[in-house]
Amino acid sequence: MSERLVIVGAGQAGLQAAASARQEGFAGDVVLIGAETAPPYQRPPLSKAYLKGDLDIARLHLKPAAFFKQANIELRLGTRIEAIDRKRGIVKDAGGAETAYDRLIIATGAPPRRLDCPGAETQGVHYLRTLADSDDLRSILTADGTIVVIGAGYIGLEVAAVARSAGRNVVVIELADRCLKRVAGPAISDYFANLHRAHGVDLQLGAGLEFVESCNGRVSAVRLNDGRTVPCVAVVVGIGAAPDQGLAAEAGLSCDNGVLVDETARTEDARIWAAGDVANFPSPFYKRRLRLESVPNAIDQGKVAGINAARAANGVEPATYDALPWFWSDQYEAKLQTAGARPSGDAPGLAEIIRPAADGRGLSVWTMLDGALQSVDAVNDPTAFIVGKRLIPSGKPVDPGRLGDASQDLKSFL
Amino acid sequence: MAKITYIEHNGTEHVVDAQPGVSVMEAAVKNLVPGIDADCGGACACATCHVYVDPEWLPQTGQRESMEESMLDFAYEPKENSRLSCQITVTNDLDGLIVRLPEQQG
Ligand SMILES: Cc1cc2nc3c(=O)[nH]c(=O)nc-3n(C[C@H](O)[C@H](O)[C@H](O)COP(=O)(O)OP(=O)(O)OC[C@H]3O[C@@H](n4cnc5c(N)ncnc54)[C@H](O)[C@@H]3O)c2cc1C
Ligand code: FES
Repeated sequence: MSERLVIVGAGQAGLQAAASARQEGFAGDVVLIGAETAPPYQRPPLSKAYLKGDLDIARLHLKPAAFFKQANIELRLGTRIEAIDRKRGIVKDAGGAETAYDRLIIATGAPPRRLDCPGAETQGVHYLRTLADSDDLRSILTADGTIVVIGAGYIGLEVAAVARSAGRNVVVIELADRCLKRVAGPAISDYFANLHRAHGVDLQLGAGLEFVESCNGRVSAVRLNDGRTVPCVAVVVGIGAAPDQGLAAEAGLSCDNGVLVDETARTEDARIWAAGDVANFPSPFYKRRLRLESVPNAIDQGKVAGINAARAANGVEPATYDALPWFWSDQYEAKLQTAGARPSGDAPGLAEIIRPAADGRGLSVWTMLDGALQSVDAVNDPTAFIVGKRLIPSGKPVDPGRLGDASQDLKSFL
Repeated sequence: MAKITYIEHNGTEHVVDAQPGVSVMEAAVKNLVPGIDADCGGACACATCHVYVDPEWLPQTGQRESMEESMLDFAYEPKENSRLSCQITVTNDLDGLIVRLPEQQG
């Protein structure tokens, strides 16, 4: 009897899982169910080229319509799954319709954290996760008046860069004492703070948002915790994302900052896998649990989940997810590429090595933990990124003094 | 429209009508040409869209920029005529372009 694989969430990870399950020889039905009405698309351009207006919608789509036909994947869009009944092996959508599964992959992503201060629901407060969000945001880029960005993480800073490049007055409010604090070290934070300030962004560090003021139902200002008021016409919130784990949790699957999976992307239920932004997984290399929000993670883990759903159906040993994490961000003329997962800032034994790029136009910041290379953040230095991507997982010993010496050829470390 | 021929490592040819303005990578993905992963979607960040440009077409496809150059340095079997296909924009002048795919990406 042929099996049915159901995938909840038709984003980057869900699509990859569907494609990889097929490639791996899953013979039964593959049903990819997504709440959004748009076919699977790439999110990175939503805060970059698409927001600028440099890309049309068709170019965001990850696959052409013909792909779904060719791979025999049933794509159900505009369909939100409301419940998973593990006993009966069904998912139930918002309209009450039930779909039976033999294998299930949860790839529901991580929607933005919402503001919870007074005025948070005022018209003119924007978030950025979906195509529709980016379209909304684009319309305010052409208006007059100041745009306030709450949160100096990647998405907030990318929006600030696009808005500033479009000639808008931009104020960025960040609670921490440096930008990108959650994801990068001080040298990278300084680089991006200087970059934004040089472009005329008013970057306010150590500043908290008290409430959003409105006039005639629309945003008119934000009030900061030091009593200052910043008049503005729009607020863009980029304060992180939270895994969309409700479905899994309600179905009794263990969740803790994401749906808990093992190194094969499987949950505690042998018929259910999770991948992408929603999945919390053990990294064999880092020997700790990670939950990542990046395209490469969605692709690589989606692949493993899809392959393993097919292998389980075919009685084959599962594959392990052990790809080194990586990420990129584009702001103005700067390209940041990260390889590996940075240890938390207060990890004992953490050392940081700063290395100027060979051409003097960028830098790389390497982290080591007890002498072992962990991650590299490279700005305008693709060589450092790629060398890091290979060197880190190799576990090869590295002399920190040599690494920080720009006269030493990076390739000689491989 | 520009006709582009992609030749897989095993010799299979795919002839595609590409819209000027998109990249050679996008034209391949849109037309289901296998062998171009394009994980970063054209951000010049992943080097999984590596192709070899037919030597006759090198002048028309333009120069590699320094970012692309460095990424290609580490691609699987880079050659003189290696390019990241997301960095080549299709124009009417590229009608007839031939690119070959490496044995693997990355
Ligand atoms: C603006 C922006 C810029 C980014 N830039 C970068 C970048 O430069 N580089 C990088 O590596 N990463 C970037 N990312 C992160 C990257 O896009 C995500 O990590 C990736 O999309 C995660 O894929 P996913 O499939 O896990 O989740 P998603 O792509 O978010 O897909 C999840 C899908 O599941 C659907 N869904 C949720 N619940 C249900 C349900 N109950 N029923 C049906 N469907 C459901 C959602 O509607 C959504 O469409 C960016 C993200 C954003 C928002
Ligand atoms: S698609 Fe990633 S570098 Fe070309």
